Amino acid sequence: MIDYAVNNRSTILDALGQHIWLSLVPVLLGTLIALPIGYLAVRYRSLYQPIVNIGGVLYSIPSLALFVVIPAVVGIGVLSPLNIVIALTIYTLALMARTVADALLSVQGETTRAAHALGYRPVRQLLGVELPMALPVMFAGLRVATVSSISLVSVGAFVGIGGLGALFTRGLQLDFIEPILIGIILSVLLAGLCDLALVLTQRRLTPWTRVVAR
Amino acid sequence: MTAVTPMINYFGYLLDGANWAWSTSGSIPHLLLQHIEYTLVAVLISAAIALPVGLLIGHTNRGAFLAINIGNAGRSLPTFGLLSLMVTLVGIGTLPVLVALVVLAVPPILAATYAGIRSVDRSAVDAAVGMGMRPTQVLFRAEVPMALPLIISGLRSATLQVCATATVAAYVGFGGLGRLLIDGLSFNAYDQVFAGAVLVALLAIAFDLLGAATERAVVSPGIQSRGTRRTRPAPASPPARTAGTSR
Repeated sequence: MIDYAVNNRSTILDALGQHIWLSLVPVLLGTLIALPIGYLAVRYRSLYQPIVNIGGVLYSIPSLALFVVIPAVVGIGVLSPLNIVIALTIYTLALMARTVADALLSVQGETTRAAHALGYRPVRQLLGVELPMALPVMFAGLRVATVSSISLVSVGAFVGIGGLGALFTRGLQLDFIEPILIGIILSVLLAGLCDLALVLTQRRLTPWTRVVAR
Repeated sequence: MTAVTPMINYFGYLLDGANWAWSTSGSIPHLLLQHIEYTLVAVLISAAIALPVGLLIGHTNRGAFLAINIGNAGRSLPTFGLLSLMVTLVGIGTLPVLVALVVLAVPPILAATYAGIRSVDRSAVDAAVGMGMRPTQVLFRAEVPMALPLIISGLRSATLQVCATATVAAYVGFGGLGRLLIDGLSFNAYDQVFAGAVLVALLAIAFDLLGAATERAVVSPGIQSRGTRRTRPAPASPPARTAGTSR
């Protein structure tokens, strides 16, 4: 396996590089779009259930199908990486819109009433009190979204752009285990590192959770 | 290809009666049944593994660290990679597909079961102990009924993921609705791919509705009225979900 890794170093590193941006750009985009949608679901409570349901439906469309249907609908080539980015952004959005709403709803009524009593105006209360208090739940969802995005990218290899997934198809075609193992190990390592980065970021951003935790 | 593709093209495969014939193998009803079978078998095996382990860890609170990390590691395993690995190791067959799907479904069920049991109000558990219940009675008469909404939501999301991912199995010569996707892709038949996507999504929704109905049927009304409607997100939020992050 080490020999294979050394001999194919540049192929593997290219695949890893592609994997990283193909999986992380959608997480960022999806989360940014999910923030206002999640907020709307809390502000106008009747929107909550429809948003949750639409998210569930979007999440149930197989990634493989999205990778193929999106180019036909959007009018880009099947081989365009944009294809994977759009598909995974849709998944992140589906997951995070609900998470953002749940996170804002998890903020205790006492807290928001206290902020209100202190004279916080709605916008300042949202940005200064509710959003920070919602971070733990939001981060829990973000971790799931990030890790699943990283493991989903490889399915793109079916249509020829899948980052580390290219190593899987290659191993299958050649009936050769090395590229597959290397691909899995790198994918899991990448997911682990990103997860760790999120945990550390959350610790920095929400120091109070460590005090409250038993 | 023209710039504007008429909408009817997408539905061509779905609306062609020939593709719905029972007699031909590989027709939509056959693939649908196969897909249902893979999904159910994979979820049942996963539940048989994850539920007892999750209950044990939640009840004793021992090995929680292990459960959370196995859950996270399992979630990060690329299903397609695992499937490729199994196929190169044992060859094409049912086993590689099932292993890949079970590895996919165990983490969400395990995590939800563990979190569900841990999120049960401690005073209720204390009351059960005070009433003289033995540990198994505490678990099955107090903790499990109260944790059911979370446990079922874990099962539902596992089913959703398995149903969507089972399509990947078609790449290694397996059946199910993935066939429509893979075959359609290789023939550039977008209506066939579209049919596969629509059917899998519909099947997933059907499974989810079934899950919702089950939840309504088995969860005690006392917990439902508290757990669903207004405070629905609450049980899944701070105590349950951050359990993994703060420890």
